[in-house]
Amino acid sequence: MSGGLDPLSLAGAKAKGKRPWFFDNPDTERVMNITLALMQEVAVMRERLDTVERLLERDGSVTREAIETFEPTKPEANERGAMMQEYIARCLRILQQDREAIEQPQEASSEDVAEEFAKTD
Amino acid sequence: MSESQRPYDGPPDYRVVGQHGVYPETSHDEVARFNFLAQMNRHLATKVMPGVGEAFAGRIEPARKKNGETYTSRHEVRKDLVKDPMFQWWSALRRATMETRQQAGRWVTIRQADDLNTKVQELTDGDTRLVLDPAFKQPRSTEAIDHHCMPGSYYTELVPGDVTGAANYDAGIFATTGGMLGRYNDGGGVAVAQWVKKNLPDFAPKRILDIGAGLGHNVLPIAEMFPDAEVVAVDAGAPMLRYGLARAKTMGIDNVTFMQGDVSQLDQFEDQSFDWVQSTMFLHETSYKTMPMIFKETHRLLKPGGIVLHVEQPQYTDDMPFFEQAMRDWDAFYNNEPFWTKMHEIDLDAWMKNAGFGADDLIHGGVAAVVDADVFPEAAKDNEQEDYGRKAAWHVVGARKAS
Repeated sequence: MSGGLDPLSLAGAKAKGKRPWFFDNPDTERVMNITLALMQEVAVMRERLDTVERLLERDGSVTREAIETFEPTKPEANERGAMMQEYIARCLRILQQDREAIEQPQEASSEDVAEEFAKTD
Repeated sequence: MSESQRPYDGPPDYRVVGQHGVYPETSHDEVARFNFLAQMNRHLATKVMPGVGEAFAGRIEPARKKNGETYTSRHEVRKDLVKDPMFQWWSALRRATMETRQQAGRWVTIRQADDLNTKVQELTDGDTRLVLDPAFKQPRSTEAIDHHCMPGSYYTELVPGDVTGAANYDAGIFATTGGMLGRYNDGGGVAVAQWVKKNLPDFAPKRILDIGAGLGHNVLPIAEMFPDAEVVAVDAGAPMLRYGLARAKTMGIDNVTFMQGDVSQLDQFEDQSFDWVQSTMFLHETSYKTMPMIFKETHRLLKPGGIVLHVEQPQYTDDMPFFEQAMRDWDAFYNNEPFWTKMHEIDLDAWMKNAGFGADDLIHGGVAAVVDADVFPEAAKDNEQEDYGRKAAWHVVGARKAS
């Protein structure tokens, strides 16, 4: 019981202190924040689905109470952790590619190469 | 079943955290949210942040050098970093992850505010080990800004007798550190206690003071190691102290008094009344004006032969590259830790001497979080991530007061 407090609005409250924005356009950063929240909620669903699958394999049936009290073994927790690592790496692929691109500042684009390959002399 | 056969090197499942008697209850999905956030922090530290260093070496510093200029301070480095997309993306994601962690923890604790507050009240009512001051005025260093983006900081009470802020702090540390501080978030305190046992084997403190104790997670291992000592944990935040006493009691640790106070003026204690004064990751949450007062109070309160130990992230010394200093400053400017930057350039030895400690009596050391290594990642062995300013490995600066 929340004692008359509204947990939903209080949970998302802003911390005291003007918020810094990092992108040139704050709207881009707002969209990124919403995307991250969605990433989190998909991760939550994926973990829940994994729990359901494991309970079905183990017990042949599933209840909400069994989901709430599920405790993965260490190997199971590691499998779920690895799954989450893979998930995040997939979602943030573009940043991995940005990192790799730093090492090749003079890299030719396909358009550049197309011109080169089209040369007739 | 995961398709991957890679050896797993990530954070443990949240369900391994220590469930003491006033720990908030968590649903399956709330646990999953903390798991995601721990993984996200780990990913940012190991897979994204290194890109900032690569961008600095590969294009930011070369561009400055091309103009015939070099860097003369960490602030110049930071001003160039903020213009680079790799720094912008890492920072935007890190800040967003921090805010999301607060939302996740506040949801968990505020939805069960009644239960938590009642449980803590029943455990602490009439207990003389909880000493609150209803007229206490928050110092400016606490009140000016909500530290590390924690709405309401350490002191806000949503309802009378509220502990939800403290419970949120406790429940969410795992997500921020990926388990680096152990089951009870006390890896720092355990490390300090073991450091003292090893380096000062004859030290047998009778009275110990922990300043800026928060909910006491770092002082409990010290209280456990010296069960005959009387321990006093002082903090500005009443919710932390209430929750701290209740938490300690359910963990079977009974020699700690939780007291509200301003650690820059502890008039309630007599001169030379403590054998040990400890601060763990606290000085950066004070200010340039109050820190010398805290050091002087520490000297006044110590008995001859007593020790003071301050545990903090490393200072910015001349041999630390400006880039590393700028990265370590991230929390100061972007995670509401405003004194972090100035505090880390202070000559702590000089300040200790100004407070009355002898040059030959100063103590220097290093500690890394001590955790259950079967379950948690060990900071001391973690060479993969530096995670400037967040790694669970710290410097110790202190002194033994002349006899």
